[in-house]
Amino acid sequence: MRELSARFRTGYGSSPRHLLLVVGAFAVTAWIVLRLAGEPTAGRMLLWFVGAAVAHDFVLFPVYALADRTLRRTVDARRAAPRSRPSVLNHVRFPALASGLLFLVYLPGILRQGRDTYLAATGLHRQSYLTRWLLVSAALFLLSGAWYVLRRARPRQGSRQDSSG
Amino acid sequence: MSGNDFTRAPESPRTDPADGFPRGLWRAMDRYPPPGARGIAGRWRSPLRGPWLTSVYGAVLLAGLPLVIITGLLDYAAYSPQFGQAFPGDVGWLRLPPFDWPTRPSWLFRVTQGLHVTLGIILIPVVLAKLWSVIPKLFDWPPARSLAQVLERLSLLLLVGGILFQIGTGLLNIQYAYLFGFDFYTAHYFGAWVFTAAFVVHVALRLPRLVSALRSRPLRRELHTPTIRPEPPDPDGLVPARPDTATISRRGALTLVGGLSVLLAALTVGQTLDGVWRRTALLLPRGRQPGEGPNGFPVNRSAAAAGVQMTDGWRLTVRGKDREVTLGRAQLLAMRQHTVRLPIGCVEGWSTLQTWTGVRLRDLAALVGVSAPDSAHVRSLERAGLFNQATLQANQVLDGDSLLALRVNGADLSLDHGYPARVIVPALPGVHCTKWVADITFRSDA
Ligand code: HEM
Repeated sequence: MRELSARFRTGYGSSPRHLLLVVGAFAVTAWIVLRLAGEPTAGRMLLWFVGAAVAHDFVLFPVYALADRTLRRTVDARRAAPRSRPSVLNHVRFPALASGLLFLVYLPGILRQGRDTYLAATGLHRQSYLTRWLLVSAALFLLSGAWYVLRRARPRQGSRQDSSG
Repeated sequence: MSGNDFTRAPESPRTDPADGFPRGLWRAMDRYPPPGARGIAGRWRSPLRGPWLTSVYGAVLLAGLPLVIITGLLDYAAYSPQFGQAFPGDVGWLRLPPFDWPTRPSWLFRVTQGLHVTLGIILIPVVLAKLWSVIPKLFDWPPARSLAQVLERLSLLLLVGGILFQIGTGLLNIQYAYLFGFDFYTAHYFGAWVFTAAFVVHVALRLPRLVSALRSRPLRRELHTPTIRPEPPDPDGLVPARPDTATISRRGALTLVGGLSVLLAALTVGQTLDGVWRRTALLLPRGRQPGEGPNGFPVNRSAAAAGVQMTDGWRLTVRGKDREVTLGRAQLLAMRQHTVRLPIGCVEGWSTLQTWTGVRLRDLAALVGVSAPDSAHVRSLERAGLFNQATLQANQVLDGDSLLALRVNGADLSLDHGYPARVIVPALPGVHCTKWVADITFRSDA
């Protein structure tokens, strides 16, 4: 018996419990796929499902990673300040990331998508939230900048000794 | 687990002692990587990545996502699927056990659905951070060394696709941008089950690892460390072999992600609040106050969209088992009026608390001789539309605060809020609080 389970392990690469679990998830998924296969929009659902993962891994991630790398290079290149100084990098990075996230999450309002549904649902005309988003972003950058200035003005204890001026 | 052993400390343990079946295939893949595969492996250099950080994000999601899942399933239950009026209609055994949606506490639905949407949004930064923390695994070469790993990777596609699909469809739905072109209910409901199945598997397989990784460094200590030394090499290969100089500490990264969640929370909760607070939902449709006065609270589905107009000759038809009466608004106003302060919560997560006045539904039932109704079927003047009718459960008809409302905040209902009369029932989703009521049929089996 033990030998059998050891052979299963080497052949399969994990325990029978592992197999049971993943097969369980696939069974639920297969049942749903069969149920939805008849829907005229089934293809679109599949596209959005797989597309969501692909878009994240091969578009969103590379884009923000690249943007961050560019930012890092730009800031690094100018960096003459000693290490004890608060990093400019993070004071740009944080609001930039926040602004990007807000854009993604509240995109329909910012880009005025779905005007008719909006009108039907709320009885109001959709305004563009582009200006609001820009203002919130500007506020975040400002806040971060102010915080940076404060931190620079009050150097932290402990890091003083390696501050060379 | 990873083929790029040359970049890893030689003593780093592997999860699996040997390659599984078919060994030749994995070895061949290892030997002949596609161009660039080896190069990528050495380019993950963030000193932040490691099992501890991944596990912190994982633990937050483990606490939060079950709440999102359960409140989502409760939303389905709140539609009273026993009357065939939940969407999607036929879900087989993929549902919570049937039960009658309660009317108490009256804020029940406001809280469950508000939590569903708000918490779902708050967790977005954590989901993205978690994905960032494990993304090197996506590019591992060879992608698998056993059947077990192939299957697990497929289940991860369901996990990642599932959560992003749920977030994406949910976000588009609450902002009225149905860009996806399929039925939201069907997609979001079944998407939820695909995700849940993959989530359960993922947790079952990784929970022990999460616990041991979290134990490896106490959170409290980590939160007091501004330093940035990478975690020790790990069997999963998350810790980079050649870490870059750090630009942020783990504490800083957690603060950043937490801060982003707080920001989203601050820009979202307003849609569940009244008064000036509503406006804090700066970027959401339901941050707008549509007007002043007693009827100046958000509308869901305008009268114009429903094709309903002001009419003078409106009469309500009330049916019992073998009696039928019709009543004009004046007659309804002459009946005993009841005033209640009740929240109305939309399935889209926003809600508002108002003071409603009207006739108790159970008084209307009594009028047509039904003292113990089993259900009530309410129809609207609205011709088309998914929610131009609804069936109410016995407890919803009999609750002393369930009204056919004629007035709100001391004024007549506005046309957009359902004039001449609308249903309001504690803890019932707004879409089932039928507006522009044309007739009500009380049913009893007895
Ligand atoms: C893990 C992620 C999620 C899961 C598992 C999930 C699950 C569910 C489920 C099962 C329902 C009931 C669907 C029905 O009644 O047909 C639901 C409803 C809903 N969800 Fe989610 N959801 C998730 C994330 C989100 C997010 C992030 C949002 C929005 C930002 C969202 C917005 C909604 C809305 C608006 C409804 C109401 C649908 C309706 O009845 O009209 N969901 N969710």
